[in-house]
Amino acid sequence: MSDSAPRFPYRKNADQFAPRPAQHPVIVVGAGPVGLALAIDLVLGGVPAVVLDEDDSVSTGSRSICWAKRTLEIYDRLGCAEPMMVRGITWNRGKVFHGDRLLYEFDLQPEDGHRFPAFINLQQNLAEEIFVRRAQDLAGDGLDLRWKNRVTAVVAEDDHVGVEIDTPDGPYRLRSEYLVAADGVRSTVRRALGLDFEGRVFEDRFLISDVRMQAAFPSERRFWFDPTFHAGRSALLHRQADDIWRIDLQLGQDADPEHELAPENVAARLRSMLGPKVPFEIVWTSLYTFQCRRLERFSHGRVFFAGDAAHQVSPFGARGGNGGVQDADNLGWKLALVLKGTAPDRLLDSYNAERVPAADENILHSTRATDFMTPKTAASATFRDAALGLAERYPFARGFVNSGRLSRPATLEGSPLNTPDTDAFTPLQRPGSPAPDAAIVRPDGTKGWLLRELQEGFTALCFGDDAAAASVRDRRVPVAVKLVGAGGLGDSSGKAAERYDATPGTTYLIRPDQHVVGRWRRPTAAQISAALDRALAFQE
Amino acid sequence: MATLHTDGNIPDPDAFYAELIGLHRDLTEEQSRIVNAKLILILANQVGDVGLLRQAMAIARGALT
Repeated sequence: MSDSAPRFPYRKNADQFAPRPAQHPVIVVGAGPVGLALAIDLVLGGVPAVVLDEDDSVSTGSRSICWAKRTLEIYDRLGCAEPMMVRGITWNRGKVFHGDRLLYEFDLQPEDGHRFPAFINLQQNLAEEIFVRRAQDLAGDGLDLRWKNRVTAVVAEDDHVGVEIDTPDGPYRLRSEYLVAADGVRSTVRRALGLDFEGRVFEDRFLISDVRMQAAFPSERRFWFDPTFHAGRSALLHRQADDIWRIDLQLGQDADPEHELAPENVAARLRSMLGPKVPFEIVWTSLYTFQCRRLERFSHGRVFFAGDAAHQVSPFGARGGNGGVQDADNLGWKLALVLKGTAPDRLLDSYNAERVPAADENILHSTRATDFMTPKTAASATFRDAALGLAERYPFARGFVNSGRLSRPATLEGSPLNTPDTDAFTPLQRPGSPAPDAAIVRPDGTKGWLLRELQEGFTALCFGDDAAAASVRDRRVPVAVKLVGAGGLGDSSGKAAERYDATPGTTYLIRPDQHVVGRWRRPTAAQISAALDRALAFQE
Repeated sequence: MATLHTDGNIPDPDAFYAELIGLHRDLTEEQSRIVNAKLILILANQVGDVGLLRQAMAIARGALT
């Protein structure tokens, strides 16, 4: 993995030799999936971004591998999803074993008519290569990616953020209107501001290995409680791209790191899992303990924290990488509109208001899964064994078995940007929820996807009648008006209308990050306009 | 005779499970056993139907293997 990793050359930039610190609208610290997603989003939104990364390559080690459907929808908006789909391993199915018996399996995407699967697996370093390529393609549009630029100090002032940076040519300074810390769990920016995480640390140690092998296992997530090859513990197997497999073995609290990481001991554990006949090569091994915790606030004046720099979860549920990209998705459009002067500064307050609850939801699920797998009390262990003992024959008990609740997008409940329902609707697509996809036919007869039609900023999605929406399309910000039916987008299967609980006249106002602002059965222009103002934080 | 539910019937099983485990926090094993036994008696009284309770008891005992 690391021997074939691409190197991105350090280049001198004019700011290093300027007499005074140059000022930029946004500095993003960290060129991982979260930082690059944000920078790409900003540049697509018309705001230039400087990205500083201390390294000159993609990440190494066992990092994120599972990218959820919602994350893929975000990547599609950013122009990165196609190469990820080509490179990644598509999967929708999970299997849970107890000992050697299959307890049950689950399908994470039981219905069709969605462009993206429930998940693809693509190791973070390969995903990052795709983001870097996309970022490089946007260099001419203002995406300024600076490798070997290590942030050494951050000073947050009322009217700007000052940054000190070290490079192979020595130090220099920059100023920016806003700074986004996407510099990971050991965030330099977080330390520079003297901030710390709050939450739980789990004692159990886990051995995580990435292994190269040709194996006949299908592309699905397999989780074992108490397997014979690893008695009394849990195990997880995931297929990644290029014949790499992720294996995650619970070792308990008393595991001795030195002993466990000795290559012959790792090999013996994997050998007993994979059987005597499967040749494998260990690509990476590490020993982990997990934390479920976060910063108290994700925004501090002009500094915003996203991804692992803001919150940490255990890996069971793939909520770290996906949660981080959804942070970027939430912040990008807000920063762009504020910097362009289209929305007031206080729009940025909603980042904290919306993403802290989203992180809490991820932390809650991650904590519960970790508690189920590693019971802390005798009673907890007894209930777990009871649930596992019932789950094969009695479906109700499967609801208690927790091998990780896999990443789902947050519904931004109670966000100040939402306009609460005044008309009767089923709750599923309520304000704050991510807009669902559906197969559609464009007016020119080509097949398409509904979410692809919601990539132009704010969008009014109108079923059968777009007269009210059309009259507000140029208010404050451009609003794309998309008509379903009545000569607009074809919905012959009726899936779009069904998923949006739509009747003729139903209109959804949808944000640039594809979350629902508000919805009406037959809105007036004034209703849509007021909802737009609220979503831009013009109303208190 | 009424038939026991064996499909999921609790809207948010994870939240309930977390509360159930939380109920035992800081208890000794003996205390936990008593709490569990009380809980069974309380729930059995709520169910009331001895036929249903017999079915539940058979499942609980049968899944010991």
